[in-house]
Formats: sequence, C-alpha cells, structure tokens
Amino acid sequence: MNFGFLFNNIVELTITGLVLGSIYALVALGYTMVYGVLQLINFAHSEVFMYGTFAFAWVVVFMHGTASASQTIGGTIGILVVALVAAMLLSAAIALLLERVAYRPLIKKGAPKLIALISAIGASFSLSEIMGLRDRITGWVGLDDNLKNYVAKARDLYSSPIDIQPVNLFSIGDYQVTDVDLVVLVAALGMMVALDQFVRRTRFGRGIRAVAQEPESAALMGVNATRVVQGTFLIGGLMAGVAAALFMIRFGSTRQDTGFIFGVKAFTAAVLGGIGNLRGALLGGLLLGVAENYGSAVFGSQWKDVVAFVLLVLILLVRPSGLLGEALGKARA
Amino acid sequence: MTNSFLESLGSGWERLRERYTALPVPARLVLLVLFALFFYALPIVRPPILTTTEIDFGGVMFAAAAFALVALGLNIVIGYAGLLDLGYVGFYCVGAYTTGVLTSYHWHWPFFLALPVAIAVTMASGVLLGAPTLRVRGDYLAIVTLGFGEIIRLIVTNTSWLGAASGIKDIPHPNSIGPNPDGPFGQHGLFSIPHLSWNGIVPLIDSNHSTPFLTFGAVDAIPYYWLLLTVLILVLIGDRLIKASRVGRAWEATREDEDAAELMGVPTFRYKLLAFAMGAAIGGLSGSLYASGQGGYINPQSFPLLLSMLFVAAVIVGGSGNRWGALFGGVLVAYLPERFRAVNDYRLLLFGMALTALAIWRPEGLIPPRRVRRVKQVEAEIEELEGGTVDV
Repeated sequence: MNFGFLFNNIVELTITGLVLGSIYALVALGYTMVYGVLQLINFAHSEVFMYGTFAFAWVVVFMHGTASASQTIGGTIGILVVALVAAMLLSAAIALLLERVAYRPLIKKGAPKLIALISAIGASFSLSEIMGLRDRITGWVGLDDNLKNYVAKARDLYSSPIDIQPVNLFSIGDYQVTDVDLVVLVAALGMMVALDQFVRRTRFGRGIRAVAQEPESAALMGVNATRVVQGTFLIGGLMAGVAAALFMIRFGSTRQDTGFIFGVKAFTAAVLGGIGNLRGALLGGLLLGVAENYGSAVFGSQWKDVVAFVLLVLILLVRPSGLLGEALGKARA
Repeated sequence: MTNSFLESLGSGWERLRERYTALPVPARLVLLVLFALFFYALPIVRPPILTTTEIDFGGVMFAAAAFALVALGLNIVIGYAGLLDLGYVGFYCVGAYTTGVLTSYHWHWPFFLALPVAIAVTMASGVLLGAPTLRVRGDYLAIVTLGFGEIIRLIVTNTSWLGAASGIKDIPHPNSIGPNPDGPFGQHGLFSIPHLSWNGIVPLIDSNHSTPFLTFGAVDAIPYYWLLLTVLILVLIGDRLIKASRVGRAWEATREDEDAAELMGVPTFRYKLLAFAMGAAIGGLSGSLYASGQGGYINPQSFPLLLSMLFVAAVIVGGSGNRWGALFGGVLVAYLPERFRAVNDYRLLLFGMALTALAIWRPEGLIPPRRVRRVKQVEAEIEELEGGTVDV
C-alpha cells in the first residue's frame, strides 16, 4: 500500500492512464459494436488489433529501413500517416475476413451464441499462430530470405524502428505532457466522436441501430442486415487499426500474442461501460486505463490486472449492465 | 463431404445408443465393464495406430483423462446449467495449489487427506465467486469468470507464501501400496504388469517394460492414469445420478428459460450456484490429481488463461450437455495435439482451424445431447409441413 506515491504523482498517473485507456476504448468499440448488433462476443477482435500493430511496424521498416536514422519532422509524420493507413486497412481486412469465414455461416444457421464463441476462439488461435509462423509460411514459397526484415524470428518482439522523441509541450502540475500523449489522446477521442456521430446521424448508422434493435423488422423495412453486419465489422476493424497505430507510437513493439491480454482488457472496458454502448466503451476504456495506473501505484505494478478485474466485478455488482448500460439500438439520434 | 461424415458420426452414435438401451440390464452392465476395462488396458496394450510415438503414451493418456475429467466438470456448468465459464482454469489452479501447499510447501499431509480439503476449498472458492456474479447476465458472467481465472494466476504468481513464480515442487505422489523393500511385496508393489509391443499386427509381450501395480513413482505415468480413470468413472456415475434427479431437471429448466423456471417455483439462483460449486469441485479434484501427478511440480505457468479456452472448446466440440460428448471432446483436445507431434510447430494453428471448422459444420457438437437431436428432427418436420424453408 503506497498511497503517498499515488498522491505525489496523481497528474502523471492520470494522464498516462487516459492515454492507455483511450487505446483500450478504441479496441473496445469493436467488441461493443459487434455485440450490439449480433449479441456475440467477438473473441477474435484482439487479433484484428494485433495484425494492425504488425502492419504499422512493417510499413515503418519498409519506408525507414531497419536503422533509426535521423529524419526530418515532415518525413517522420509522413511515414506515420502511411503506417496508420496500412494498419487500418489490414485490420479492416482481417475483420471482414473473420465475419465472412467464422461468423456468417453460423449466423445464417441461427446457431447458438456459444458456438460462435468457439468459432471465434478457433479463428483467434489460427490468426495468432499464422503471425507467429510467418517465417515458415514465407519459407514454403522461398521468400523468407527476401523478407527477412519482416518475418525473421516470428515469435519474438517485433518493433517499429522509428525514432519518436517525445517533446515536452506543457506541464500540468509537475508532469510534462508530451506530444505523443497528446496525439494519442486527441486522435482516439476524435475517432470516437466521429464514430458516435456516424452511428447517430447517418443513414447507415440508422441501419446499424435498427438491426441492433430488431433484426427481423429491420429486414422488413428494407435494411440489408448482412451489409449492416459487414459494415459493423469494417468499422470495428478500422478503429482497431487506429488503436494499433497509436499503440505502436506509444509503446513501439508488438508480438504475435500481444492481442490476447490487450483484447481481454478492451473487452473488460466494453463491459465496464455497458456492452453495446459506444459512449460506454469510451468511458469504460478511460476508466480502466486510469484505474490500472492508480492500482499499480498503490499495490505495485504486478497487481495491475487484478485491480482491473476487481473493479469490473465491483461495478457489475452495483450496476449489473455496466455504467451506461444502454444498448446500441437505443442510442438516440 | 466433411459435413456428411460428421453427421454420420452423430447418427452412428445415436444408433449405437438405441441398440444399447434395447439390451437387458445385465448385458448392459457387462458391456460397460468391458468398455471400462478397455480403457484401463489401453496404455498396457499400446495399440499401434493410437499410440503416440514421440512422447510417453502413459503420460498422454493421463493428460487425456485429466482433460476428460475437467470437461465433465465444466459440462455441468456450461452444458447443464448454461452458464458460460471462461475462467475454469482458476478452479483447477486452486485445487492444485491447495494440494501443493498442504502436502509439500507448508505442511506435509498425505495426499489422500489433502484431496478432500482441496475439493472443499475449491468448492468454497466457486461459491465465493458465484454468489456475487451469478446475478449478472450471461455474457457478463463470461468476462467476470475470465477475470477470475486471470486473478488467480496473478495471485499465485505474486504471493511468496504460494511459491511465487517458481511454483511448488516435490509434491508427494499418492500413497503407493506395497513398494517396501522389507515388506511382503518387495520393490515393485503387489505385482508388475508387462506391456505389449506390436510387430505389425502381431502382439508381443514386452518384458523389458512393465508397470508395477499401484506404485506411484516418478518413472511410470500409467498408475496415475489408472487412479484418474477410477476417479473419472466415479464422477461419471455421480454425474448421471444428479442429472436424472430433481436438481438436473431444475438446471435444465433454468438454462432453457430462467424466468419461466423462476415462475414455476425453481429457485434458479440457488441451482445456478449449486452448478457452479459442483463444477468448481470437480475442477479442484482434477487440479489436485494433476499436482500430485508424475512430475509433482506446479508453477503459475501451468495455468494460463488459454487453458480455460481449451476446456470450453473441449466441452462445446464434444457436445455440450451430453456427458459422453464432453468426455470425448476432452480426450480429443488433449490427445490429438500429442498424437500428431510431427507437425509440432503447427499444432496450435491446426487446432484453431479445426475448432472453427467444427463450429461451422457441426454447431451442436460431435455427440450432442438427445434433446438437441430431437428438437432438430421436430424442426425439420415442421418446416416440411409448412412447405418450404423460411429464410430469416
């Protein structure tokens, strides 16, 4: 128990917690949207995120080389933007692939939800293992030498070698807020607001809400449910891609099993805020990030995850459907 | 094609079952005993195709039986009561660590004294977890239990009283019968059973390898397998009795429609808690047996969250709600990766693909409960009556 440390560093802990939490929130969106529309736990969403981190790192390695040579600010930003787009594209592609292969056949059959979970667990294993065996897989077609910067030591930590020197911008209390903190936070919040408005205001957003409320009636009213489900996965994938890019900017390296624990946390965040609720995902993510930081300050960092889960249980006891427990379908336009 | 193969597996099982139920009771008992004997003899007989070549077959059979026992316990929670528990490994871990602490780390109890305590402690942990969380909705339960599994692992990793990251070693084996150099039976227990080795299809007696009866040592995994198999059979009988009782029917009603069950006077919360506690107890039992197994060593890495997913997969793949299905699934999930060690690095990849493929082609599991098959049949009949398929 070290409350002194908590109180002395409260500003720093809060801000770094918010930064981490905003990344959780972006991943949590993928869980929450799929849950809202299909009432399924999209267990493989963590791998969608993981593929995004790799896409980001690959692009950086490709455009930057393996050496972290000094670069102009403009060049660095350019690389980061291209890498961000690549991460979004790959994540979205994986999310769509998941929907097509692991979910759609089951939804068509009207299979029980548990089965979809098993299918997702299987897909999650497969995707993670494909990434972990990418050196072998490229070896089959004899490309492993040409691609060795991308595939060698497939099971080790893979880092994006770009040199991002955090610049202190201004200080709150005695904590210097860096540009990395600010970029991550602003980008994540911006994406959330944009998505929230998209679901609330656009025609497609209305379709999503309609299917979430009552799929059969929505179909009768001319909403193409399959298209809506696809769109939900696509949006979840894009958001996970952004989260992956921000994660790489903030932490710098990834691995084939990065997704699992991160995904569990993000799902926790979604449940915390009320699953199926977009604003809940944001609230849950931020709360979880901050709580984890406070918890590790007080109890020691090895208890970080315990704090997160105990918080979840406590909140569910008081509010059994999450903090803002409102379904996606009930979001007001 | 795969689909029809899996279909025929399911209907083959059903036909087998019908034939079996048509037999008179004594014949049924004889068949069951023969069936059990076959499994007792399996690691001794070492049939050519089944036997794992690259890894000790007795050890694999032990792992498969342990998985089957866990699947049986989890089947009560998932299959009977319909509660999705993603943190079952937590109970497994509690059982293993209770045994480790009682028999080796802090005290030196004999194994068979520690076993019931381990079961009781695990059951208590199940009630402690269940009492607050079983009131939340199903999907939330999944994440809460997932968190529980992870919390247990983190607690044992970070508590020095429980051996922290290095774990607990030298957990004593179950008490052997007979292996006393001065006693009446000598070093090798009551008697030794020679293994068979196969020359093509001709069985030969392999006098170099033999398994001493009821001697739990560090070399041979087969006695542990026998112990586990015996426990498994006892649990199976208990499972059958409880499923056919009032409790089993209450679980079924709760799973199908909780509100309706409550209206009919079933105290659903209490029955859910009971299912949770029973599942936990069986998890603790298998954890305890695992801890005192051949290696006698446990550490936090033995209980990753991934194991929970494998447990759930075993139950669902086998056929959730059918005890034979759960058993079969447990054996399959533990055995297949060991049998095909040749594809070692690709094991998890193939396993993942197989899970997805099975889920898509056979959503009700390999051996679904009879109720599911009946429902399917009725649905097909209704659809035929309505004259055409309704696309939703």
